[in-house]
Amino acid sequence: MRTLEVNDLRTYFKTREGEVRAVDGVSFALDEGKTLGIVGESGCGKSVTVLSIMGLVLPPGRVVSGSAHFQGRDLLTLKGRQLEDVRGRDIGMIFQDPMTSLNPTLTIGTQITEALRRHLGMTREQARKRAIELLQEARIPNAAKRLDDYPHRYSGGMRQRVMIAIAISCNPKLLIADEPTTALDVTVQAGVLDLLHELRDLHGMSMIIITHDMGVVAETADDIVVMYAGQIVEQATAYDLFDRPEHPYTEALLAALPQIEGEGIRHGRLVSIPGRPPDLIAPPPACRFAPRCRYAGEDDCAVVPPQLREIRPGHWVRSAHPACERAAETVGAR
Amino acid sequence: MTESLGQSALQTPVPEGEALLVVKNLKKYFPVKRGVLINRTVDHVKAVDDVSFEIRPGETLGLVGESGSGKTTTGYCVLQLLKPTSGSIRFLGQEVTTMKRKELRRMRREMQVVFQDPYASLNPRMTIGDIVSEPLVIHDIGDRRSRRRGTERLLEVVGFNPDFINRYPHEFSGGQRQRIGIARALALNPTLIICDEPVSALDISIQAQILNLLKDLQKEFGLAYLFIAHDLAVVRTMSDRIAVMNRGRIVEEGLAEEVYTNPKDPYSQALLAAVPLPDPRKMRTRREERRKHRDALAEPL
Repeated sequence: MRTLEVNDLRTYFKTREGEVRAVDGVSFALDEGKTLGIVGESGCGKSVTVLSIMGLVLPPGRVVSGSAHFQGRDLLTLKGRQLEDVRGRDIGMIFQDPMTSLNPTLTIGTQITEALRRHLGMTREQARKRAIELLQEARIPNAAKRLDDYPHRYSGGMRQRVMIAIAISCNPKLLIADEPTTALDVTVQAGVLDLLHELRDLHGMSMIIITHDMGVVAETADDIVVMYAGQIVEQATAYDLFDRPEHPYTEALLAALPQIEGEGIRHGRLVSIPGRPPDLIAPPPACRFAPRCRYAGEDDCAVVPPQLREIRPGHWVRSAHPACERAAETVGAR
Repeated sequence: MTESLGQSALQTPVPEGEALLVVKNLKKYFPVKRGVLINRTVDHVKAVDDVSFEIRPGETLGLVGESGSGKTTTGYCVLQLLKPTSGSIRFLGQEVTTMKRKELRRMRREMQVVFQDPYASLNPRMTIGDIVSEPLVIHDIGDRRSRRRGTERLLEVVGFNPDFINRYPHEFSGGQRQRIGIARALALNPTLIICDEPVSALDISIQAQILNLLKDLQKEFGLAYLFIAHDLAVVRTMSDRIAVMNRGRIVEEGLAEEVYTNPKDPYSQALLAAVPLPDPRKMRTRREERRKHRDALAEPL
């Protein structure tokens, strides 16, 4: 069963210098009970992709085209109240910064019960009881007492746990987490990621996790989408992507990661990617990675835009030079 | 300065048998104050609590820990940007903590710093050339022309186009700005550079460029680094030895490889188990490993 199917999503931002094509033709599907990881560097369009799906893109941004089917409806055509009914009830969301996404003037209890009363029509007492259960599920010690505390009494990790409790409060089918652990210390991050994983299984949710961290995506996702300059450049199962990365960008990104285990780390050099991501007002005409790609050369990959193609079952890549074909070429040349 | 760029880094030799930097029993307590009229100190935050370590010439010591562990405060004490509560810091054989202004100034030629945020640490109203050559002006080294030549050379050394010498910081990306910060730190030809989270604001592909640059410069100029960072993999790739900090103390110190493959302290074990590895096959075993360490970490409430 499909939970979410996104097709040819395009979101542009109007600026004085021109139109920024932040998301430019993104399509993916998410199956029930699975976690999809969207990974990429800053400005690649990963956050704008989910903000578009949730109807949270504000002017000067605009969803130019595309569809996002969720439970038989296209989210991109929903308006006002319909959209509000979906957000927070059928789709829960967690943002990066737990310090700013909670209202500092309201108690934690008020903020959790708000969603329960709005979406599920609970009474004050019912909602309070459920809120305590939710905080317990998010493993916040002493839940009943902490319900009446204000956000400033919570540490960063505990605030993110509150955000998770709010996000799952209405039993959503889909949980979207946008850099949920980026602001947290690594030991706290591990706890939050483990919690998300357990809750997904417990509630039978699907999940989208957006991150810049290859480690986080490896530990959480079943399927992975790699984005670069507003487009998906590679898509595969987590195992296949890390075992056999095909796109030169994915390969380079993995090679650029400092390693924690192994030999010769100290005196070795990291593989770096020259240059930096392109300007999305006037992106390179064909392959957007071509100017930084070590394999771009005499062929026409900088002239003819490469399409996303399936090079083996379930593994999609947008490049004229996927690793498997490069290997074949060198063998053929011999 | 231009002439000295290529020379051996040491201008003042380290006394026989002593490391370049020797920190002993360093403490930095911040008072917690209460009261409006009668301002009394009710408690202390022990940001750095009895920390000792050494750095030899040309060596990198990695200082790793989570936020609030005291790693940056330690670096600031070494730089004398903060006055330590007690303890000794010897640099190039001289006690730094009791130095007078003039001596400190001389000392700072040998000890420079690269900060975390390249967006905040460069003055937006100064040109790239002014930023990089400012240390030379302050220490009154060379004349205008030789300073300009030196600046161009420094920019080249860090892989920055010297033609951009008259531009302003806002015209450049995070990675390029960090290169400018590094060029500035190199201007006085120091022996020790304190790198405080130099790549944590950068994307992975850019991060690799800067880390490689720091490695190359170390080799070329025989620099020693105190490399402060929260990212364990980044610290691993840069360091000969590593010290793990937690709550103001160094809980474990040793050769990088030993600390990472066979951590002795429960906190270092938990910290290493928490790092997400870019390898989905290890996910399940690591999740179980983490469960074992849960007790070593009291998550802040």
